[in-house]
Amino acid sequence: MTPDSFNFLAGLVKARSGIVLTADKGYMLETRLGPMLRRESMQGLDALAQRLRAPRAEALAAEVVEALTTNESSFFRDGKPFEHLKKLLPKLAAARPPGQPIRVWSAACSSGQEAYSIAMTAAELGPALGGRKLDILGTDISREMLDRAQEGVFTQFEVQRGLPVTMLVKHFKQEGQRWRVAPELRAQVRWQFFNLMEDPRTLGRFDIIFCRNVLIYFDAPTKSRVLGSLAGMLAPDGVVYLGGAETVLGLTERLVPAPGERGVYEPARATAKAG
Amino acid sequence: MSQRTCLVVDDSTVVRKAARRIIEGFGFRVSEAKDGQEALDACRSALPEAVLLDWNMPVMDGITFLRAARAEFGPDQPRIVLCTTEAELSKILEALSAGAQEYVMKPFDADILRDKFTQAGLLEEAA
Repeated sequence: MTPDSFNFLAGLVKARSGIVLTADKGYMLETRLGPMLRRESMQGLDALAQRLRAPRAEALAAEVVEALTTNESSFFRDGKPFEHLKKLLPKLAAARPPGQPIRVWSAACSSGQEAYSIAMTAAELGPALGGRKLDILGTDISREMLDRAQEGVFTQFEVQRGLPVTMLVKHFKQEGQRWRVAPELRAQVRWQFFNLMEDPRTLGRFDIIFCRNVLIYFDAPTKSRVLGSLAGMLAPDGVVYLGGAETVLGLTERLVPAPGERGVYEPARATAKAG
Repeated sequence: MSQRTCLVVDDSTVVRKAARRIIEGFGFRVSEAKDGQEALDACRSALPEAVLLDWNMPVMDGITFLRAARAEFGPDQPRIVLCTTEAELSKILEALSAGAQEYVMKPFDADILRDKFTQAGLLEEAA
């Protein structure tokens, strides 16, 4: 692949998804896009770049971006955020007017394990939520992942990652070698195509936002912009969960770490104006 | 502090060896038994902290060992994780009601065992 082709492909992916491909990711392009090249009988990545530069390449471009997103997920990934969520949900339930659901956004939801883990956390709390409903939104830029998430069917391997067996038997129905999320949980989650490069305000306001292991793929200006948007959509007593390797430091002043917690961020309190 | 201990119970040498390598990687000292009776004898001479337990074995199967161990040593010690090709919901429920802490459906790998040991309270959540 010529540097020109690489730069073109990297530019396209960045513009459409925010994902930054550094020059050492050439191998990743080869492996992830290989199946598409073979199907389209293209000679290589240079041919692909050429095709994408031509008109009417929209569907192909979307497929390239989809192939380059990382869709790693597991139930209750990293554990700690869900421990925090378990304490937070009853507080929010008590603070909201009757009948108003707690709105949770699983941003870049991949195959849906995070959103379903949120639903299970709420279900396990039971009476502590006083009958308060959750309205969980899962969004992703991969339509394939959204379809999988919506179907809610997981392999034997997937249900053994992060999911305690007691929750497996309680919240899933066995279908041969696979396991389907119970209808009560599926009913709490909506799925929607959404690109974090777009203005997220159309999604509404949220009490809780999970945006974990997404920012790591973005450059600093994009991180800043996304974090600023998230802060703007968050209830004053809400929180944002970020991945273990992610931070707001030096990127936004609108979110601050929750005292004594890791990966939990709150809206910055408006500082008193100097008199 | 003395090293933590795990007893791997499986009639397959290959499975025992694979499980041993992974669990030693978690910092446990591992011993082996090839059926439930051997496992019960081993527990009587020195109770391990964890037992990774196959279901179908000659002499004494896993569920019989599980019930005997719970009757003899109580509900919490040792922590017992089933590890079996039995993947039917009814089997999982049977093992849980007999007092298993966790359940691994074979085939397994290091990631699955680490997760299940964590959920069984044998390992700390990775930070």
